[in-house]
Amino acid sequence: MNSLILSAATRILVALMLVFSVYMLLRGHNEPGGGFIGGLLATIGIVLYAIAHGSAAARKALRLDPLTIAMGGLGIALLAGVLAVLFGDPFFSGQWSFPFAEGGDKGFPISTVLLFDIGVYLVVVGAVLAIVLGLEEEV
Amino acid sequence: MDDSDPRVESGDAQKVTAKVKSESSIGIGWIAALPPLLLALVFATGLPAIADGETLRFVYEWVPSAGINLTFLVDGLSLTFALLIAGIGAVVALFSSVTLAGHVHYWRFVFYLLFFMFAMLGLVLADNLITLFVFWELTSVASYLLIGFNHSTAKARRSALQALLVTGGGGLALLAGFILLGSAAGTYELSEIMTMGDAIRDHALYLPIFFLILAGAFTKSAQVPFHFWLPNAMAAPTPVSAYLHSATMVKGGIYLLARVHPALSGTEIWLWTLTLFGAVTAVFASVLALRQTDLKLALAYTTLMALGTLTMFLGSGATIAIAAAVTFLIVHSFYKAALFLIVGIIDYRTGTRETAELGGLAKAMPLTAAAAAAAALSMAGFPPFLGFIGKELKYEGALAVASEPLFVATAAVLANALMVAIAGVVALKPFYGRRLETPKSPHEAPLFMWIGPLGLAVLGLVFGLMPGLISASLVQPAVTAIAGQPEEVKLALWHGLNLPLLLSVVTFVLGIAFYLGHQKLRGFLVRVEQRLPATADQMWDRFLDGLKVLAAWQTRILQGGILRRYLFVVFATTALAGVVTLYVTDAARWPDALPDFSIKHLLVVGLIAGGAIMTVFAGSRLAAICALGVVGMGVALIFVIFGAPDVAITQLLVETLVVILVAVVMLRLPSLERDPMKGARIFDAILALVVGGVVTVILLSVLDTPLDRTVTAYFEEKSMPEAFGRNIVNVILVDFRALDTFGEIAVVVVAALGAYVLIKGTKKAKQQ
Amino acid sequence: MEVLLALLIGILVTASVYLMLARNVMRFLFGLVLLSNAANLTIFVAGRLTPESPALVPAGMLTPQGLVANALPQALVLTAIVIGFGLFAFALVLVYRGYDALGTLDTDAMRHAEPIEDNEPTAKGKLEGTSL
Repeated sequence: MNSLILSAATRILVALMLVFSVYMLLRGHNEPGGGFIGGLLATIGIVLYAIAHGSAAARKALRLDPLTIAMGGLGIALLAGVLAVLFGDPFFSGQWSFPFAEGGDKGFPISTVLLFDIGVYLVVVGAVLAIVLGLEEEV
Repeated sequence: MDDSDPRVESGDAQKVTAKVKSESSIGIGWIAALPPLLLALVFATGLPAIADGETLRFVYEWVPSAGINLTFLVDGLSLTFALLIAGIGAVVALFSSVTLAGHVHYWRFVFYLLFFMFAMLGLVLADNLITLFVFWELTSVASYLLIGFNHSTAKARRSALQALLVTGGGGLALLAGFILLGSAAGTYELSEIMTMGDAIRDHALYLPIFFLILAGAFTKSAQVPFHFWLPNAMAAPTPVSAYLHSATMVKGGIYLLARVHPALSGTEIWLWTLTLFGAVTAVFASVLALRQTDLKLALAYTTLMALGTLTMFLGSGATIAIAAAVTFLIVHSFYKAALFLIVGIIDYRTGTRETAELGGLAKAMPLTAAAAAAAALSMAGFPPFLGFIGKELKYEGALAVASEPLFVATAAVLANALMVAIAGVVALKPFYGRRLETPKSPHEAPLFMWIGPLGLAVLGLVFGLMPGLISASLVQPAVTAIAGQPEEVKLALWHGLNLPLLLSVVTFVLGIAFYLGHQKLRGFLVRVEQRLPATADQMWDRFLDGLKVLAAWQTRILQGGILRRYLFVVFATTALAGVVTLYVTDAARWPDALPDFSIKHLLVVGLIAGGAIMTVFAGSRLAAICALGVVGMGVALIFVIFGAPDVAITQLLVETLVVILVAVVMLRLPSLERDPMKGARIFDAILALVVGGVVTVILLSVLDTPLDRTVTAYFEEKSMPEAFGRNIVNVILVDFRALDTFGEIAVVVVAALGAYVLIKGTKKAKQQ
Repeated sequence: MEVLLALLIGILVTASVYLMLARNVMRFLFGLVLLSNAANLTIFVAGRLTPESPALVPAGMLTPQGLVANALPQALVLTAIVIGFGLFAFALVLVYRGYDALGTLDTDAMRHAEPIEDNEPTAKGKLEGTSL
């Protein structure tokens, strides 16, 4: 699509959507959001980019093949499960660590649960983009 | 009557062509006889303990949660069978090492034979219903392989398949019966079930259990009307016929009836069914036996007669009748295996089994003739052979049958008289009288061939002269096991002048008369046979043809290769299952009052319903996509209204992507023409309405039952303290049920991979 | 409200079944989408409806306050939506590829896997060796 307004607006919109998708991903554990929603948001952002600048440009911006991203996401999600086993818990038990915790403040939480959600995010982005971009190029 | 052409192809036909080695170098085939021989010796060591009234039990837990164990029980009954199986197995293996020597598939044959033996041993030793069933089916499989051993002939293949289908069908009934029996008794262990006979007989499920188990036993043991597969099974090599289809496997049904005797017998239905079917089978089979001109087929029908007799006697609960059954079982195994092998020798040496072509062989084959004479005398029931004791016991048992002694005794006398005649046909006619020309000029068989039959025949004489050898060690423990309580049995040659002895004399007179007139009788039977509309064997073919017509019909109806017909069947089945379930369980619930809802709710619902209806009637792609979008957005609104923000956001985003995807693909697809079948789709519309209605009613019924919030409450309680997340939905997704989610994202990846491959395929197809 | 939604789900299922029985494979796809929606709603409604109180634990608290929406069906529906989308996308590509290869969207004409046979099976093909 050769629309000047669209391509101009897209630059800002896509960036905003990607940042917002990461925000949704990270806050998902406590507020509405999470890996699925974040992933879908990011996907729509990149699809928007593809509509404005063509799917070749979108692929270039992604750097990685969408299916590679999906596979990587699946691997990360699996890693989150395997880590629990390494720590001696049943497969996929959440592992938590709270560095810098002082008194009432919980500090900075790190968990395999977040790792898993990031995996979900990447799977959704990669899988949906593989289909959409593939179809767009084909048609 | 069966077998319009009674001449079965020679089972050992291949020996002529396949026998490449000379007779003297039979090689090491005989080692196949070692495993059964060793096993027989091992079982024999159990004799003293069993004679003392002990039973041995071995347990290995297999599927303990389902009560399925590899449990084995050695008592009088199972030991009797085990000794016969292993002992005759050794004889048969030795015999076939000669007749099948040099056969290109000899070792395959040995494998089948030993495979069968182990399966059969498992069957008779199993103490768990399911274990027994597994071995039961394995014997059917082994039988299939052995009947079809000469698989290059169409007849062998057909016979093998027929035997498999008949016994396999019975096996399915048996499994159902076993499961019912196990659930009625609360255990699958036979040794426990045997002690609760009264409870089982009074159980509501007794009749189904009885008939299902009977179906298994009657098909395996070839009782009328399932008898037709056994004569056809004679397509197998003769040693196999001697082993499986005479001495062991076909007695599996008899074994089963004997095994469940303590639990199921004693009722009117048991008595009448077994007595009637057994008697009919016995008389019917012995008449047919006389009609055969092929020695092997004649023997096959006498086996049917024996199985009928055994069934008839197991119908009764009288000790003497059971003792008659056990003794006859042993007698029959000895003489019948011997006679089959002798027929095998005759076939091997002369090249024919037709009675009319055989005569005066005794001079050329003295040892075989001696074995044949001994076995035939036992079969005919002449003293001092074990057959005589068996026959006297049969008459005593028949007279002891409480309800219909006359009927049973008449059947027994008639069947036995015909046995006498057939013994003459099989063992007298070929060896004595005028010497007839045969395709090959005969001489005595090699050692490995005559030793087995002769040994078995001699055993019949030894046990007849000294019945004490088996009465306390085998017969009495077996009778005890069948009766379910300690019984005392004494076998003796001389019982004094009594009614059974008189019946014996009548039997001999009748039998000799039958023998002298057997040619005429046969001619008469052939004429009767020609008048009959169809034999059981032909009915079987019609049954199979009918099945094929049915299969073709239902394939055309259900699997016409057209997608919407498949879907119609699927949806109709769904609707039917729903309606039937709702009707049977009476679960349908209707709301008491009109639902309370606000205008806001009504608007959303109306929006979605309108969208759905618009999708159905849309005349263009764009209208349909818009209508679908309305439905999707409406559903998202419902999620918002009822406290599901995560779901609502996901739904909205997915809707966006659906629109993008559809828009991309639509560019390449033709426009949506009007439904060409509109108006002709009244049945589709009715089905759709029914399915929709069923779903609504089911959902209303579900909503009427109280909700169990246990799991949800657990998640709500633990979400923050243990999983450190305030969004419970997300915590469930990534923590509590992370494994599920992992599976789901894997599905998403698979879908993407599939779509990717399809797209690439399109590209490739275009480039070409 | 649950009763109303039960009726709505019935309407959705009716529409989707009717669409899926159509000859045009695009209509089948539309029916599939409607059926996914109906299924998701069914799971959601079966967990009962709780107006406007999301399954969230208020900040600083350990458990949710009062009755909140049933979180379990929500989690199920959420993944079901994503998977349903995956299925739809795959089916769409399949339809596209099918049209590309066969040149039609009419399922009655798609007989590649099960071509029309002249010799429909009849009783004539008896088992060999029946005549003993």
